[in-house]
Amino acid sequence: MPTSTPLPEMDAAVKELLLEAIQAAKAAGASYADARISRFMQNFVFTREQQIQNTVDTETFGCGVRALVDGTWGFAATQKLTKEGVAKAAKTAVGIAKANRIARDAAITLVPTEAHPNASWRSDFTIDPWTISVEDKAALLLKANAEAMKAPNVQFVFSALFFVKDERNYASTDGSVINQLAIKSWPIIQATAVSNDRTDFQNRSSPTPPMGRGWEYITELDLPKVARSTGEEASQKLSAKPVDVGRYDLVLHPTNLWLTIHESIGHATELDRALGYEANFAGTSFLAPPEKMLGNFKYGPEVMNIQADRSQKGALSTIGYDDDGVKPEDYFLVKNGMLRDYQTTREQAGMLKWWYDKNGMPTKSRGCCYAQGWNNVQFQRMPNVSLMPGERDLKWDDLIAATDRGIAIMGDGSFSIDQQRYNGQFGGQVFYEIKGGKITGMLKDVAYQIRTPDFWNGLDMIGGKSSYEIGGSFFDGKGQPSQSNSVSHGAVPARFRNVNVINTGRKA
Amino acid sequence: MSAPMSRDEAQRLVERAIKMSKADGCDVSLNASITGNTRFAANQLSTAGEIEGSTFAVQSSFGPKHAVVTTDDLSDASIRRAIEQSEKLAKLSPDDPEAMPSLPPQTYVPVNAYHEVTAACSPADRAKAALTALEPSRKAGNVNASGYIVTGNNVSAFGNKTGLFAYFSNTTANYTLTVRTSDGTGSGWVAADDHDWSKLDYKSVSERALDRAQRSRGAVAIEPGRYTVILEPQAVGDLVQLLVGYIDSRSADEGRSPFLKPQGGNKIGEKIMDSRVSIISDPADPQLGGQPFDGEGFPLGRQTWIENGVLKQLFYSRFWARKQGKVATGFPTTVKMVGGTTTTEQMIANTERGLLVTRLWYLREVDPRTALYTGLTRDGVFLIENGKIKNAVRNFRFNESPIFMLNNIEALGPTQRLAGTEGGGDVVMPVIKARDFNFTSLSEAV
Repeated sequence: MPTSTPLPEMDAAVKELLLEAIQAAKAAGASYADARISRFMQNFVFTREQQIQNTVDTETFGCGVRALVDGTWGFAATQKLTKEGVAKAAKTAVGIAKANRIARDAAITLVPTEAHPNASWRSDFTIDPWTISVEDKAALLLKANAEAMKAPNVQFVFSALFFVKDERNYASTDGSVINQLAIKSWPIIQATAVSNDRTDFQNRSSPTPPMGRGWEYITELDLPKVARSTGEEASQKLSAKPVDVGRYDLVLHPTNLWLTIHESIGHATELDRALGYEANFAGTSFLAPPEKMLGNFKYGPEVMNIQADRSQKGALSTIGYDDDGVKPEDYFLVKNGMLRDYQTTREQAGMLKWWYDKNGMPTKSRGCCYAQGWNNVQFQRMPNVSLMPGERDLKWDDLIAATDRGIAIMGDGSFSIDQQRYNGQFGGQVFYEIKGGKITGMLKDVAYQIRTPDFWNGLDMIGGKSSYEIGGSFFDGKGQPSQSNSVSHGAVPARFRNVNVINTGRKA
Repeated sequence: MSAPMSRDEAQRLVERAIKMSKADGCDVSLNASITGNTRFAANQLSTAGEIEGSTFAVQSSFGPKHAVVTTDDLSDASIRRAIEQSEKLAKLSPDDPEAMPSLPPQTYVPVNAYHEVTAACSPADRAKAALTALEPSRKAGNVNASGYIVTGNNVSAFGNKTGLFAYFSNTTANYTLTVRTSDGTGSGWVAADDHDWSKLDYKSVSERALDRAQRSRGAVAIEPGRYTVILEPQAVGDLVQLLVGYIDSRSADEGRSPFLKPQGGNKIGEKIMDSRVSIISDPADPQLGGQPFDGEGFPLGRQTWIENGVLKQLFYSRFWARKQGKVATGFPTTVKMVGGTTTTEQMIANTERGLLVTRLWYLREVDPRTALYTGLTRDGVFLIENGKIKNAVRNFRFNESPIFMLNNIEALGPTQRLAGTEGGGDVVMPVIKARDFNFTSLSEAV
């Protein structure tokens, strides 16, 4: 459920500019227009060992106008936040749309959506990180660094606190006027252990995911304690046994699995990719064409349920309204192992009308429209895409106990997948050998290679509700010009049978 | 059209900001740009936009304490706020024992990378360029074109309290195009990049991508393993430019880099690659045309990283150089691998069995000890047998290090300015032929 402590009404001056922009676009000939005025702030503190490397504050504030003219889009953005400035941007957007008419094929249409004339939303945080002093932030990191360096051979620690404050104001010619505030926080600790003879070094990054929460998240984590175990594990990796290549049953922790979900399901179920709209950069999807895949493609076993939402407390894609002015609802991309839906915007939902009609569902946007900032045009971006818990409340240890010969993997490492999301290769942070239901030691140089449909159909055991965790990143790239989006993926521990494992410790 | 900010305007703004500063040190960097883009996919225009933007970043320092604040509002009031905020943050920050004083005034090599024709490029010009791909693709009836055309008019400037001032303006024009066959079995990518819009041969890009898509249809699966490869410049660059991420001497000296020496220190002076390999940075190189200073205003001339296979130099920050008794280098803004004289056609003719690779995709570090990366081939891989291209083959995943690959060179060809896929910037690479490239699995992706 979205936490929606109502904000005060949108700043009157901002509202006036938004309305001016969409009116100007309309007057210049747009059939539809929307305007966004946003202020995006970041705060960083970087440290290494016992020193502060830098503290950085950034702020960007401006207005973007999108105009649809005769079925073609135009977009323009400006930092001149005056009536004249935003009106000029609106006219430029209309002019671009008109210039593009010569290259148009089919006209772009938007599915209807409910208007939200006076809406506001704020994310789930109790302490605004901007109220915490840089001294307190730095002191916490230096304390954590000192803990990490207590472990043998840990010679280097990098740590950082990274905060985002995103104020979004939106108005459209369809009658919506929306203001929203999201705060996000990401603590990072990376410890490096170097062997005495300098023939090996090993890194361990802390299991501290970015969350859509405030300073209270940082204090709850107990960073010095996390840093201590991060340092110890970096140190242990030096004496870990190199993995023997072969096929293993993998028990993947949510801190590892979130990224595999992101790459092999999150991006594969984007409708723009499936239809070829990202072919020149991020790529397409093996889940194409939709008419052959929807309702027919078996992604995995019955226990596999993949939810898409923008409502999970503390997740990064959680928002009240998307950048089409749509209020998103929770839905399933994969239900009982079968592909049921894609991620869509108002521009795209109509392309699946046949499917929604067939299933007695209304044709409406899934609320996945997003722009990185005021100077980027909005397009389809990922909601929270999560592997839902199984019915039995199994835990991480239960999955290990049930496994005869396997590898347990925690933390996200190297990740790479092809442009249609078939062939992926994933590393991790720490790897444990499982023999006879028990962890028998640490491994290193492990990466697993997957073919997406085989991998997910090899899923045979999943954790329950109490083992559900959220992982994520602030940086997911897509589009031209490239835009960055923060993503979260919830997951439970899960076991995958017979997965190909390679040894990455090559010497030449 | 002209640059978004003239040298005089930039200098006045920097000086105005510095006058507001009450700190011991004040480093100001300024960026302004006007970019225009046109995007198309599935044979139709999808989005297009024009964006004006600027950023102002100030680092204030009091002795060894410093902090950075950035804003994109260039009004005096906003700049004053940013300076005051950075001074406040700097005072609150703990001492940085590695803090270095601001650089004194420097001289920079002149670089001409600004072209009026690019700055004047209109949405209609870009739409017309897009039509060179859209019209033949629609007409062909069995292919889908997806592309992106972007032009930029950019300024960067840097100044500080000691009187240093640096200014650079350039224009950029970039066209990337992917043509896919409608049956989903073929895909071809071709791209071009230049500071000068009039040198961008978008018609030729469009024709070649269409041709490559048709030729890549019906790719055959062959066994993964070690292959001789002929890598087009983009594929070479996708892997080789990643080496820039490892050039920090400090990481090597500290024992956490592929360039570390187990006995201590780093491998400068050692032969680490095939003796035909030379890698340089040079903003004034006509193919590169890069910014002649780094983020601290440090002047950049020609830097030789690898010469005839020998590691000649690593990056030394001013702090690390002082500590190690070395000369600081500045951080490069460009990278070029020197080419050779063997043409792609000659390389193919001299290959008994090998693969011709268009580009690489989704490269991620697997092992920092060896700069080992994984990634995949994309948009056109062709089997060469007995000196001839035989047929298209399926894509592969590789696990390979640019350092290993540059030890296995067979031939070097002409260089080309890259249009960039995952990386960007001013990069020039040759076509190369290398043996034993390590493909570890097949991908069904087209």
